[in-house]
Amino acid sequence: MRRVYMDHNATTPVHPEVLEAMRPFFMEKFGNASSIHWAGREVKKYVDEARENVAGLLNATAQEIIFTGCGTESDNMAIKGVAFAALAKGRHIITTQVEHHAVLHTCQFLEKMGYEITYLPVDSDGLIDLTELRQSIKDQTILITIMFANNETGTIFPVQKIGEMAREKGVIFHTDAIQAAGKVPIDLKQLPVDILSLSGHKLYAPKGIGAQYIRSGTPMTSLIHGGAQERNRRAGTENVPYIVGLGKASEIARRDLQKRHNYLLALRDRLHQGIIHRIPHVKLNGHPTERLPNTLNMSFLYIEGESLLLNLDLEGIAVSSGSACTSGSLEPSHVLLAMGIPPEIAQSAIRFSLGWSNTLEEVDYTVEVLPRIVQRLRDMSPLYQKRVAMAI
Amino acid sequence: MFPGGRGRVAVAMSGGVDSSTAAALLKDEGYEVIGLTMHLWDQTQDGRGKFGRCCSPEDIHDARRVADEIGIPHYVINLKKAFAEEVVDYFVEEYLRGRTPNPCVLCNQKIKFDLLLRKAEELGAKALATGHYARIELCPANKEPGRYLLRRGKDRNKDQSYFLFSMTQEQMSKVLFPLGEKSKAEVRQQALKLGLRVAKKAESQEICFVPDDDYRGFVEKREGREISQPGEIVNREGKVLGFHRGLYSYTVGQRRGLGIAAPQPYYVLALDVERNRMVVGEREELIAHGLFASGVNWISFPRLESEVEALVQIRYRHPGTPAILSPLDRERVKADFKIPLKSVTPGQAAVFYLGDEVLGGGWIERAF
Repeated sequence: MRRVYMDHNATTPVHPEVLEAMRPFFMEKFGNASSIHWAGREVKKYVDEARENVAGLLNATAQEIIFTGCGTESDNMAIKGVAFAALAKGRHIITTQVEHHAVLHTCQFLEKMGYEITYLPVDSDGLIDLTELRQSIKDQTILITIMFANNETGTIFPVQKIGEMAREKGVIFHTDAIQAAGKVPIDLKQLPVDILSLSGHKLYAPKGIGAQYIRSGTPMTSLIHGGAQERNRRAGTENVPYIVGLGKASEIARRDLQKRHNYLLALRDRLHQGIIHRIPHVKLNGHPTERLPNTLNMSFLYIEGESLLLNLDLEGIAVSSGSACTSGSLEPSHVLLAMGIPPEIAQSAIRFSLGWSNTLEEVDYTVEVLPRIVQRLRDMSPLYQKRVAMAI
Repeated sequence: MFPGGRGRVAVAMSGGVDSSTAAALLKDEGYEVIGLTMHLWDQTQDGRGKFGRCCSPEDIHDARRVADEIGIPHYVINLKKAFAEEVVDYFVEEYLRGRTPNPCVLCNQKIKFDLLLRKAEELGAKALATGHYARIELCPANKEPGRYLLRRGKDRNKDQSYFLFSMTQEQMSKVLFPLGEKSKAEVRQQALKLGLRVAKKAESQEICFVPDDDYRGFVEKREGREISQPGEIVNREGKVLGFHRGLYSYTVGQRRGLGIAAPQPYYVLALDVERNRMVVGEREELIAHGLFASGVNWISFPRLESEVEALVQIRYRHPGTPAILSPLDRERVKADFKIPLKSVTPGQAAVFYLGDEVLGGGWIERAF
C-alpha cells in the first residue's frame, strides 16, 4: 500500500544529514560534555557549534540558547520559570485560548497555585484583538505568552506588535515558536521577544530534544535542578548526539528556509485548490494569508472528521484531526471552538500539514482519493440527507 | 454469505480470545480485516486497583497487540457517551425500579450492532464480525426467502444467542459470527495454534462496567447517595411480616436471609420500590405459570400472527421451559408455561426458541 505522510505538524522524519551528523556521538565521541578530560573536550566543541547553529536560525547569540528535553519542556520552563521568579512583582499572566496544551495546561496548573490567567479570545481567523491585549495588561502582569503560529490552523500571530506592546509595558513576552521555527523567518534582533521555545522533531531533528531562547537578563527560575549545565538554567548531562542533531537541523533549516517556504506554499495551495474544486461544502479554518506555508486545515461539512481520517489512513494517507496530542477524545478541537466554529463543523475538520519530502504527485493522489471518500461518507450521513431533502 | 467474494470486514475486538480468534480466522479466509475496539467506559481504579472485565486499558492494549500479530489495521472507537446514556443509565434506572437489568443485550442492540456497525460501514466494510457463539443463516428458499434466521451456536454450552434476540433483519444482513460453528475448546486450540498471546486469557462473567459484581455499590456511587432504606416485608395480602434492610440486598426468588420466623420458608415475590416494601410468599406463590413480555423483537417472522409453541429461556444459563406463545398488542407477548417455573425475574430477557432457532425475544414485564 502506498504511503503518503501529511502530518508534519505532528512530527517530521529525521533528515539524512542530521542522522549522519549524530552518528559519531553514540559510540565514538561519547563523552560527558562537562568532563575536563579529552573525552569531554572533544564533544564540547560540537555542542558549542550546535548552539551557534540554533542561534543562527533565530538570529540570536549562542549564549542566549539553551537545550531542553523537548518543546513541551521549553514551554513549561518559560512559563513556570518566569512565574516563580516574578512572584514579588505579581501573579497575572496573559495568554490566548488557542495555545497548545503544553501552554494551556501549564497556565491552568499555575491557576490552581494561585496565579491569575487571562485567556484572550480569538476571532474567526484565530487572531487576538490587540486592543484587548493592551487593555488586559496591568501592574501585576508578569508574563505574556502567545504562540508564534498555531499548530492546528497555521495562523501566524503579529509577534512584532505583541512584543512591542509587552516591551512598552515592561512585561516579559514568551512565544511558543515550535511550529513556526524553520517554516518562517524568525529574527530575534528585530522581534522584541524575551523567550522563545522550539522543538527538534518539528524541524527534521529527532524527538526528545528542544531548545529555548532566553534574552539576556530575563529572570527565570530553573525547573530542573542539579548540575550547572546550560548556564545553570537546566541541569542534566547534555544529550550530545541529539543536540548535534538539532544544531544540524537548524543549520539546514536556515540554509533552505526560503526554498522550503516557496515549495511548501506551492504544494499546499495546489492541495487547497484541488479540494475546493472537487468537493463542495468545505471550509478553510485559519487565516487566509497569515498562515504557515505548509498547513491546511479544512472542514468537510456533514461528515465526521474521525471517519474521514480513518478512511484516509486505510488509503495510506496520514493526516490528523485536532492536534496529535489531543486526538482519541471525541471533543472537537479547542482551537476551532475558540475561533467560533460551530461544533459540527469543528468535528469535521482535517489538518493537512506538508513537509519537505511531500511531492506534487502525492498531493495529486490525495486530491484524487478524497472526493470519493467524502461522497461515500456524505451518502451515509443523515445530516447530509436532510440537507439534500431540504434542498439548501 | 457475501455475493461478490470476500472484501473488507471489520471485527469487534475486545482483547479476549474469542474475538481475537475470529479476526485471525477471517483474515485466513481471505477477508480484508480491520480490527475495531470500542472504548465504552473508563473504569476508575477505586483504590483496589480493579478494572471491570471489558475495555480496561489492558484489554484495548491486548486487542491492539493481537491486531499487530495478525497484521491488520486497528482503531479504537470512542463510544463512551452513547454507552453511558444508552446502557449504563438504563441499567441504573432499571435497578432502582427493583428490576434486574440486562445491559449486555442493550449494548448489542444500541452500541455494537448500531453505532459500531455504522462505523464499520463508514470504513467501507461490508460487515461487522464479532466473536459471539451464534449463527446467522438465510432462511431456506421454500419458506421465507430473503429472511435471516438466528440460531444457537454449535457449542450449546457457550451459546450466546440469548443476548442477540434484539437483532433486526438489517443488522443481520451485515453481521458475521465466525465462531458459530465452533466449540470453545476448538477456538482456544486455534488461538494457541496461531500463537495468539490471548489464547490463555481468562474469561470473566461480570458485567463489563461493574467490577466485582457489586451492582449496589456501583449504582450508589453513580447516584451519589445511599439507595437502601430499611422497610416493611409484607405478604400478598399486605400483612406486615417483618423488616428488610434495604430492597437492593434482595432478588426475586431469594429464600435465605429474609429474617422471618415462620414454620415454612418464605420467598421474595416482588420488590415494591415505590412503597419500599418487599412482598414475600410461600413456595407455591413463587411459582409462575407464565409471563408477559414487552418490547418483543421477532426474527423468524415479521410478527406473531397466532399461537406458537416455543421454548422460553428466562436467563442466560436457563435450560428453557416449553410454553405456548400468544400475541397481545403491539410488541407484547404472553407465554403460558407448560410446566410452571419458579423465579421469573422482571427486567430480564425472555428469549423464545424453536429447536436451535431463535424465534425472537422480549423483556419480562411480570410473571403470572
